[in-house]
Amino acid sequence: MSNSPSVKVSHVGKRYRLGGLEPYRTLRDKIMNIARGQNGDARQEQIWALKDVSFEVKQGEVLGIIGRNGAGKSTLLKLLSRITTPDTGSIELEGRVGALLEVGTGFHPELSGRENIYMNGAILGMSRRDIDRKFDEIVAFSGVESFLDTPVKRYSSGMRVRLGFAVAAHLEPEILVIDEVLAVGDAEFQRKCLGRMNQVATEGRTVLFVSHQMEAVQSLCSRAIWLDQGGVVEEGFPDVVIPNYLTRSMSKVSTVDLAKRSDRTGDGLFQVCSIKIDDGFGRALRTGSPARFIVSIDSKKAVHNIAHAAMRLVVRDKMDRIVTSLGNEVTGQEIVLQEGRTQAVCHLEKLPLVPGSYLLDFAVRTNGTLHDKLFCAATFDILAGDFHGVGKGEHLGLFHLEQQWTLK
Amino acid sequence: MITAAKSWGFPDAREIWAFRELLVILTLRDIKVRYKQTLIGILWAVIQPVVSMVVFTLIFGKIGKLPSNGLPYAAFVLAALLPWQLFAKALTQGSLSMVAMGPIMSKTYFPRLIAPLSSVLSGAVDFAIGVAILLCVMAWYGIMPGWQVLLAPCFAVLALAAAFSVSLWLSAINAEFRDVQFALPFVTQIWMILTPVLYPTSVVPEQWRWLFTLNPMVSAIEGFRWSLLGGVAPDPLTLVVSSIMTLLLLIFGLVYFARFEKSFVDRL
Repeated sequence: MSNSPSVKVSHVGKRYRLGGLEPYRTLRDKIMNIARGQNGDARQEQIWALKDVSFEVKQGEVLGIIGRNGAGKSTLLKLLSRITTPDTGSIELEGRVGALLEVGTGFHPELSGRENIYMNGAILGMSRRDIDRKFDEIVAFSGVESFLDTPVKRYSSGMRVRLGFAVAAHLEPEILVIDEVLAVGDAEFQRKCLGRMNQVATEGRTVLFVSHQMEAVQSLCSRAIWLDQGGVVEEGFPDVVIPNYLTRSMSKVSTVDLAKRSDRTGDGLFQVCSIKIDDGFGRALRTGSPARFIVSIDSKKAVHNIAHAAMRLVVRDKMDRIVTSLGNEVTGQEIVLQEGRTQAVCHLEKLPLVPGSYLLDFAVRTNGTLHDKLFCAATFDILAGDFHGVGKGEHLGLFHLEQQWTLK
Repeated sequence: MITAAKSWGFPDAREIWAFRELLVILTLRDIKVRYKQTLIGILWAVIQPVVSMVVFTLIFGKIGKLPSNGLPYAAFVLAALLPWQLFAKALTQGSLSMVAMGPIMSKTYFPRLIAPLSSVLSGAVDFAIGVAILLCVMAWYGIMPGWQVLLAPCFAVLALAAAFSVSLWLSAINAEFRDVQFALPFVTQIWMILTPVLYPTSVVPEQWRWLFTLNPMVSAIEGFRWSLLGGVAPDPLTLVVSSIMTLLLLIFGLVYFARFEKSFVDRL
């Protein structure tokens, strides 16, 4: 790893006309505007998708770009991959850039898998010789050997994605720009992709990687940059930036008013109005650290008899598998709902779940009567942590178990 | 180095050369895909010019009795239809190419000029098939081409260059104003009427000749026909004017395109 910057972004800004984002304008519109004595462009509202963004990436570094939707991540990638040009500032790139913003760019449905490998490879900037050399590897990685001469339109969407990623994974530019390509395919294939990404990252290539999967950023990137509203909020080690980002976005999640949700079932006597999730100190969750779920419930009508409630939080992972459920009925602990607002707290001493994104479903009953049920009442991320207290461990499977190893 | 460059200039020729393999692959793709999922496939490339030739010969040759420089009208019209269709298809495909490839261009970078270039080139196969048919028609009428047949490729290239130059403008404009794709059929139709495809230049009144010859396709068509069938050679002065016109269109087209391509994706 050398110290020379491989990517240097200086004061880059990109402006979009809001009107320009419409599908298309016709010549007539423009003539009408001119006829009315209006300059169509000046009248339109402009937004800065990126404003005064500067950073450097050293050769061999893997930079993760994080931020919520609309923060400017995709625009930044488009500038880095030369798809469009900035309105202010400059970008210096040392070496060939390969952009993976989509899986299977340029696939033509009428062409065979084989032809599309060459097509897609050429579009991504691979030479015919490169593709020839890696052809067998690509085919083996994709797992579509027996369909190579079938037109891609007859492929299942999964096959198409696998073939697309297989080509992309064998691209070897000096600078690789990647956007969320991992968010496709089944779990098995995602693991394969992550493994391949890891390999790419350790081969000394400079990688810029945009993802919403904090887990992936944390495990792949040596540095992270957090974008919000077109500007850089924080830059540094992923272990520092990601918790800050999640803590901030979590506080935003908790301000979302669940009371406004109408997709609920139950008689509505009691309704959940917020679920706050943290580690007990207002920070993001970590595997092996404490976790706290604070559920606030409002009674909608006057409640005369104090009610013994059964609450349940169902935890689903991003593959929509139910991982576990939390409930006071299971523990036999009593939660009494009062008139007005009740806050119930569920505390976990040591979170066993592996890092990743999770969803929460919520339900509350009294005496078997369902009052409120809300699917996807909250989302949260769990960061990699140290469950067994031995330094960073690996996180294979869904959760960790307390265990002792001895000799008999 | 990527900057907010707003300067005028030509597209980077070295870069396009570096992407020549992509150009070849895209051109081949257009050719391969064109007649996919049709019953008779590449036969369409035969039927199109043959049917046009028969229809035009019946209407304009037999009924309209248009002059044809003393050549059989069927051969006369086919020898002009081939470079014309080469031009018209290249113009249409080239003009629509940027928008057609928009989804790819918004996901990856390659020199944008590759898109119109490959669309223009992909018509070459149909043209080659057409020439083979023309040779058969010539054999039927017992027409032997002279030495000037060697110049035929130059006239075909002139037609392609004209189509490419104009499609540089139209493909850029089409990105912002889709009016182009509706206007294109009329443009090519009217342009064909203004070009000596169905008639020889000699029917154009003398006082309008100078205006007529500003159309670069006049030389391309007259020249191609002459190089294969003989007859009236194209006027050298007209040829020079056509070539200069094409060159000017090409130069300004390239400059306009180079300026426009940087922000192309934002305009789609």
